[in-house]
Amino acid sequence: MELKRLKEQMEPGHLACAGCGAALAMKLATKALGEKLRVVIPASCWSIIVGRHPDTTLKVPVIHSTFEVAPSIAAGIRAALDALGQKEVTVMVWAGDGSTYDIGFASLSAAAERDEDIIYVCYDNEAYMNTGIQRSSSTPYGAWTTTTPYGKRKHKKEIIEVMKAHRIPYIATATVAYPEDMIRKFKKAKEIRGFRFILVLSPCCPGWGIKESETVLISRLAVESGLFPLLEIEKGKLSITHQPSFIPVKDYIAPQKRFAALTEKDVREIEELVRQRWERLRREEA
Amino acid sequence: MKAVITGAEAVAHAVRVVNPDVISAYPITPQTHIIEKLAELSERGEIKAKFIRVEAEISAIAVVIGATAQGVRAFTATSSHGLLYMHELLHWTAGGRLPVVMAVANRAVGAPWNIWCDQQDMLSQRDTGWMQVFASSAQEAMDLIPISYLVAERTFLPVMVGLDGFILSHTAEPTELITPSEVEEFLPPPDYPLRLSHHDPFTLWPILEPNLYHRQRYDLFKDHQKALKAWKSAFKRWEEITRRGYRAVETYNTEGAKAAFITAGAVSDTVKYALDNLFKNEKVGLVKLRLFRPFPYDDIREICAPFEKVIVLDRAVSYGAEGIFSQEIRSALGGACPVQCCVISMGGKDITPEEIAAVYEKASKIPEGVVIWS
Ligand SMILES: Cc1ncc(C[n+]2csc(CCOP(=O)(O)OP(=O)(O)O)c2C)c(N)n1
Ligand SMILES: [Mg+2]
Repeated sequence: MELKRLKEQMEPGHLACAGCGAALAMKLATKALGEKLRVVIPASCWSIIVGRHPDTTLKVPVIHSTFEVAPSIAAGIRAALDALGQKEVTVMVWAGDGSTYDIGFASLSAAAERDEDIIYVCYDNEAYMNTGIQRSSSTPYGAWTTTTPYGKRKHKKEIIEVMKAHRIPYIATATVAYPEDMIRKFKKAKEIRGFRFILVLSPCCPGWGIKESETVLISRLAVESGLFPLLEIEKGKLSITHQPSFIPVKDYIAPQKRFAALTEKDVREIEELVRQRWERLRREEA
Repeated sequence: MKAVITGAEAVAHAVRVVNPDVISAYPITPQTHIIEKLAELSERGEIKAKFIRVEAEISAIAVVIGATAQGVRAFTATSSHGLLYMHELLHWTAGGRLPVVMAVANRAVGAPWNIWCDQQDMLSQRDTGWMQVFASSAQEAMDLIPISYLVAERTFLPVMVGLDGFILSHTAEPTELITPSEVEEFLPPPDYPLRLSHHDPFTLWPILEPNLYHRQRYDLFKDHQKALKAWKSAFKRWEEITRRGYRAVETYNTEGAKAAFITAGAVSDTVKYALDNLFKNEKVGLVKLRLFRPFPYDDIREICAPFEKVIVLDRAVSYGAEGIFSQEIRSALGGACPVQCCVISMGGKDITPEEIAAVYEKASKIPEGVVIWS
């Protein structure tokens, strides 16, 4: 399998919690992108995961950014690389959902609108995990966080729709339960010029209330329940890259403690969201 | 060659000659003319720099941080609220030891809104780890750009070049244009040892445990102190090449003077005019602070200790205390000479020579420590 042949860019010794979806996601992403890379990491769990000086888990150059401007730092690096004639080097932002959906939203939108030649990855664990599980605008309906102790009453922001409105050349979603799909998308993104956006659903064991051994399972259930569609949008054209089997939403929700207080009505609310979303996706794909 | 140009045009000309690879900025009065000019030059292909038109000042400085960390020279400019909006990344730049140069057209800060000149914007960023110099003419604004790049690239500390909003940024004066050959002789190409590279990959700015962090901050502190020397040698070298000399602290009419005004920026010329025309009976001098960070303690002590008093004309205030320059001068002099603080103009209030004379009168009648609001 190709996965094994690709060179490892992440070494043992990272500082993530056991079972961290975001750590697994980085391992796959950097395998796909190779060593000619710059990784820009805004404030997030990954500010910690990468390691304390002098240790680093990544074999590629990393630059830490403040919370809200990683795409702009990446744009500066891109411009400098171009000036130095190093066009073959990929610049990747590796940001959490807090940066992406909330505090860095302006700089993300601006970099996308300028069509900066960078890959922007949001590893989405659906809350501010590094600061101890607070809600973000990516936190899903009904989920417990420390700032939504009775469950969030709003649906998560449809970031893919938002990015689509920017008319960027490439958008994709991926998750760690489908590594071949994810690697293929990162490799494809690497060959495209302009602004590329990849959303990677990344289960967080303490934040979602799941077991360390359940990361891959939960990310598979997210896809198979239809809650997290695996898709690609190339130059505006949508394709679904994995047809889900539409298992009951409940099967995804039940193992996660963050959804413990959900009522039947809440579940129906989420089912309705899934139904509407797929109706739209089918329409768009046709 | 001489040209009649504004301070903004003077800065743009200097940046054109220094020839950075990346420029990023966001419009704000009164800085806008600097970047409009640079955007035009970039668009016409007259400078090699890529001009990145960002959505906010915090991104402008972020672009410059990214480009500099990748090893090329970069430039930005701003004013007032734009500078305040950069605040978090001002710390990031200096802590990251990036030799960035930024022009700041000094302007008041709100609320209430005010677009005119004072120095509250830059002085409120005093403790971010940036070096700060002030220009008092278009010529100085121009010259201070290459000088600042040299010092920044020697010390790995960023520099803000302050020029009075409108008074300098928008006023045309005869200015000697610096030439590419002068700058080439003066400023070697950038060579940053810590640039990002996949041949020798490392992580820039990872978490430092407390003892190492403390040590890193000590280095920043020490290097600021050492930078004084770098400024002096850069000024000297610039003078050798262009015959225009600068000092960390400059004086006018101070020989044998019993008192002196202390200023920074374009108000210095108003004071000079007042001294020449309205102080016939009394020998009063002018001390011009060019370099504010690192603070030239020794020069201030040496120059000011013989005076019976100094009157500091402040255009930035630490509310609940006094004028910011006054505080600094007072701490430098440590009682060697009385320091009187006069907040001369906030938000562009006119400063006339007559007012300077009146301030002197007033200062002679009140005790040290009472802040004059002129
Ligand atoms: C301006 C600013 N505000 C707040 C913080 C504190 N902070 C650090 S990480 C973080 C949350 C990050 O959330 P997310 O982007 O989702 O990444 P995750 O921690 O979940 O990996 C916050 C609030 C900060 N570093 N900077
Ligand atoms: Mg998160």
